[in-house]
Amino acid sequence: MIPLLKVDSLKVSIRTDDGTARVLDDVGLTLERGRILGVVGESGCGKSTLIRAIMGILPKGASVDAGHVWFEGENLLVFSEAELNGRIRSSRIGFIPQDPLLALNPVFKVGTQLLEAMRWHAPDDGTRGRERRRRHVERLVGLLRRMQVPDPETALERYPHQFSGGQRQRLLIAASLACAPTLVIADEPTTALDVTTQHQILLLLRELVGEFGLSLLFVTHDFGVVAELCDDLCVIYAGQTVEAGPVQAVLQAPAHPYTRALLACHPDRAASFVGIPGRVPSPLARPAGCQFAARCGEAEPRCREASPPQARARSGADVRCVQYA
Amino acid sequence: MLRFVLRRCALVLPSLLGLLVVTFLLIHAVPSDPAVAMAGDAATPEQIAQLRLQYGLDRPIWEQFAVYVGKVARFDFGESAFSHRPVALDIVQRLPATLELTFASLLLSVLIGVPLGVAAGLKHNTWPDHLLRIFSVLGVAIAAFWFAIMLQLLFAMNLGWLPLRGELSATLSKPPVVTGFLLLDSIVTGRWDAFADGLRHLLLPAVTLALGGLATIVRFTRSGVLDTLQNDFVFYERAVGYRWPRLVWIYVLRNSLTATVTQIGLLFGGLIAGGVVVEAIFDWPGIGSYTVQAILTGDRQVMLAVTLLVGAVYAAVNILVDVAHGLLDPRLMERA
Repeated sequence: MIPLLKVDSLKVSIRTDDGTARVLDDVGLTLERGRILGVVGESGCGKSTLIRAIMGILPKGASVDAGHVWFEGENLLVFSEAELNGRIRSSRIGFIPQDPLLALNPVFKVGTQLLEAMRWHAPDDGTRGRERRRRHVERLVGLLRRMQVPDPETALERYPHQFSGGQRQRLLIAASLACAPTLVIADEPTTALDVTTQHQILLLLRELVGEFGLSLLFVTHDFGVVAELCDDLCVIYAGQTVEAGPVQAVLQAPAHPYTRALLACHPDRAASFVGIPGRVPSPLARPAGCQFAARCGEAEPRCREASPPQARARSGADVRCVQYA
Repeated sequence: MLRFVLRRCALVLPSLLGLLVVTFLLIHAVPSDPAVAMAGDAATPEQIAQLRLQYGLDRPIWEQFAVYVGKVARFDFGESAFSHRPVALDIVQRLPATLELTFASLLLSVLIGVPLGVAAGLKHNTWPDHLLRIFSVLGVAIAAFWFAIMLQLLFAMNLGWLPLRGELSATLSKPPVVTGFLLLDSIVTGRWDAFADGLRHLLLPAVTLALGGLATIVRFTRSGVLDTLQNDFVFYERAVGYRWPRLVWIYVLRNSLTATVTQIGLLFGGLIAGGVVVEAIFDWPGIGSYTVQAILTGDRQVMLAVTLLVGAVYAAVNILVDVAHGLLDPRLMERA
């Protein structure tokens, strides 16, 4: 069976005043139906560009140079804006943004905003006009109740700033499910929340995946969140997938030196806090060979010569490192 | 909301009093004797002294001011030295013409300026944006009196499409006075001929007056739209599939209008003041031409009253702007 979402050697570059930035340089990932895939990477590794490329909303000056985004067997990259709007956004791919306060329009009622998307993308049940809208309100109120938003009936009449951060994120999770999509993309949805709220939201997402028959693409920089929530994991470094596999396998036996370094940085795991020396190479000037070589404690001369091949680690993960070639 | 408006209204009174003090002092600083001006060229020194006594012009300035404020509080603005009619009556008769002109030009600037501003914002740094930028600079820079004469030359003299001046053709009788607003009265009384003729007369002065405001509104709307487009919620709205026209004209625009609305408020006061020149050129029977006449003849009571009126209008419009902000952005209402 074909996977729900498969991103294939995706390359995206952005023209800037200082030259062309290769933001994504061979990213690949696979999300199977009913699973939760965590995409992990440092800030600036290309996570947001990856999301934008999948949704077809690249920033100005950006272009896809190579690769495919297969969604239910169709390559989204060849879809026009109108086709994406008509057949994909909301109706088949839901989206949960990073900061719910910034993602909501401050001067419109929450209901107005959530119903606007439903108006165009909710499944057609034969109703029209007022009746259709009434059913949408009904569905939203039901979803809000399921998300444990207090006073779901009046919530739609309120403005975004009248909710707490956690409630806003629940609103937007409800919104992402409103048009019954099969895939939900979540862009660091817990980053702007405090730790207890974060935990509750993760539990909620975990439940929803089973309950609504979803698959979830969860982008984050936090391994702790991945360990708690995800089934599969994909580590991105400098615009490349460096390691991908089942969460358990990768966390128990991280194969790529970068994954190991990242895990060592995690405050829960490290006895003493150690950072990774050096910085992510600039997308304007990518070095030859392995992108991580300059910061890697195990680098050999050959690492700097040619890009390392994809290989299979003993854990079963796909890894981009010469050690496994 | 109501409390907010009332509080703002209460704050207006001290500002108006301050305005009155300044205007009063300025007028007194002008080296012309109002009694001489009033009496006319043929007056004898005795007649002048008589007038001075009659109008209390021999009293100390603070006493004259106190008397004046006392009268103003009872809406008595004195008598025009030349028409010998109460200034308040003159103003009530002339204000509608000015308001009609002001609203017409405001409507033009907003209805044309906001869409052009949005277009410039969306086409940021491409040729339509550059073109609109040139147009805006010209719009602000061109002097109203020059532009007015050019319009008159082209559309009234050469092409003969539109009337040169006035608010209604001499061949037409005025519609009966209901509200005092010519166009409104024509509609109410079913005088469509007067309505059409009035509109034709309104067009050139309204366009002249609208030009500067139009350019300003284009610029402010453009920068508002550019700012708004940077927001995360625009990405979110695209990601969940809002239709582009609705996204721009409803969801982005409402966020972008705050600066524009402030600007419209400022413009309104400017329009009334700028109307002085335009009204004089187009012989528009409003407050502006009344003011010009008062300045040329040294009619103090009229100058004072008009200044106060413009001040009051300014203050009222500012309150309206605050209300509009509250309606555009619910967060502001809660803070207030």
